[in-house]
Amino acid sequence: MSSSSPAIEAIDLVKKFGDHVAVDRVSFSVPTGSVLGVLGPNGAGKTTTVRMLTTMSRPTSGTGRVAGHDIVKEPDAVRRSMGLTGQSATVDELLTGRENIRLIGRFAGLSGKEVRRIGDDLLERFSLTEAADRTAKTYSGGMRRRLDLAVSLVATPPVLFLDEPTTGLDPRSRTDLWDVLRGLVRDGTTLLLTTQYLEEADQLADNIVVIDRGQIIAEGTPTQLKDQAGRASVVVHVTHASDLGSAEGILRQFTDEVHVDHGARRIAVRATGLQDMLAIGDAISRAAIEVDDLGLQRPSLDDVFLHLTGHTAEDVSTDDQPELEEAVR
Amino acid sequence: MTTLHAVHSDAGFARETLKPPSFLGACGLVVRRNLLHIRRMPELLLDVTIQPVMFVLLFAFVFGGSIAVPGAEGGYREFLIPGIMAQTMIFSSFIVAIGLVNDLQKGFVDRLKALPIARSSILVGRSLSSLIHSSIGITIMAITGLAIGWRMREGFFNAVLAFALFLLVGFAMIWIGILVGSMFDSVEAVNGFMFTTMFPVTFLANTFVPTEGMPDWLQFVAEWNPVSALTQAARELWGNGPEAPATAAYQLQHPVPFTIMWALLITAIIAPLALRAFRRRSRD
Repeated sequence: MSSSSPAIEAIDLVKKFGDHVAVDRVSFSVPTGSVLGVLGPNGAGKTTTVRMLTTMSRPTSGTGRVAGHDIVKEPDAVRRSMGLTGQSATVDELLTGRENIRLIGRFAGLSGKEVRRIGDDLLERFSLTEAADRTAKTYSGGMRRRLDLAVSLVATPPVLFLDEPTTGLDPRSRTDLWDVLRGLVRDGTTLLLTTQYLEEADQLADNIVVIDRGQIIAEGTPTQLKDQAGRASVVVHVTHASDLGSAEGILRQFTDEVHVDHGARRIAVRATGLQDMLAIGDAISRAAIEVDDLGLQRPSLDDVFLHLTGHTAEDVSTDDQPELEEAVR
Repeated sequence: MTTLHAVHSDAGFARETLKPPSFLGACGLVVRRNLLHIRRMPELLLDVTIQPVMFVLLFAFVFGGSIAVPGAEGGYREFLIPGIMAQTMIFSSFIVAIGLVNDLQKGFVDRLKALPIARSSILVGRSLSSLIHSSIGITIMAITGLAIGWRMREGFFNAVLAFALFLLVGFAMIWIGILVGSMFDSVEAVNGFMFTTMFPVTFLANTFVPTEGMPDWLQFVAEWNPVSALTQAARELWGNGPEAPATAAYQLQHPVPFTIMWALLITAIIAPLALRAFRRRSRD
């Protein structure tokens, strides 16, 4: 298989639970070695989409491919090519970390010798070596997540699905996990991760699809999505408040859309992109105005989500019944 | 890190090189994991160790004096052991249901479903380990029984046949356990349901007292209870109780074929329902 063919494809996926359409004709494709972020609020259909792609749940219609294998017709081949870490950690609490990894490794078909070697590597890599022989019951939330991820990786799957991998983690554990995921991607793993956190998608994903009420409402790179939400601005922090007036005069030559924040010694100018920023920087430095900072500021993904849906991602819409996917199961 | 990378590029895009375990291999792994649970949490075995032994001792010494069993060579204690063993075996449905609902709830079933193994190995493995679990109980009770004077008096073949009947009924109970485990969402719900159904079923029988003293209608129910057939079969095969009188229900006069019939009938009816419930519960 050539490296240009997609590692994951969703083709018109539909899932209905009774009358409720949880996933409505979702299609996307994830190039090998890249990261797709599936972004959306609770109950948007993210988990259901992942469950269909990972053969855990049969699509009502449509299909998909993972590592070139059809999810409906060749579920076993799909299971051999992917790892899945679900929304809640599925580690076996009564087994130790080491036993958890070895057990699943044996299920995946590794020999006893292989599973010992790979298991020890994974424990080391996920900083669990010290806790390896304690039962998972005693692990913290972050450790459970790491163990869960390590277990999913024991068969070295080329495609990895992560359903809200950092939900419920403290900020420190979250950034640690991000680093681990970046490492996996460097090693060539294709990643699909769902998240409610815009920052997470922004940090990790090459491409993002935004899902709301079962449908894809936007897709693109993080930058493209931000551009959709509105244009960027150039922000100038001047060092001396006395320079604000002259700086504003210079900036007004570019556009009328200038906003001055006297308290913060900060001026924001509507801009279209990098060229504007360079021109402004040039003009400011020629006028010998001292600046602390000068940069291009794009709208955040929060702005994007608000722009697309009329509500923010964390703001769970009440008519949408969060956890409906769970409840119907 | 580097080793993982190497494995990765060797394996290429799909890991077809990795051969998943056979069906039996996968069942074996499930059993090993479930038995490891017992080793980590020996209190899981309380239901088949302390509890039945306590029953044996309570019934034998508290009630034993006031319950006369006409025709029982070894007296009430011998009469009692097959009854408590039957109860333990009926309760294996309990063990299956609790284990299954736990595995479903804590994501172990999901974890296995994402692997390239036969999904039925989850059920078969769970069932085998429950049978082992219950058999540990039967063994402990046999030892307790031997210590307080219980004997098997009808020869080796009959002794083994009685144990085989217990296992057969245990097998039928597994399906009830799978059905109940797939129907409820929590351990508490399973506990409540099983306790209010299985407990009376094992008492409304000849397990602990002879049925002759019961009111007519109750005697009828008790004598046609499948649990009574199993208990009576074991009593006769071990020589622990009198043969059923001609006035007793027909099944008690032929307890061995009726026990086999009940086990097969329960399996034939419940197994398809149980598999459907499990599939529905674990598919979407």
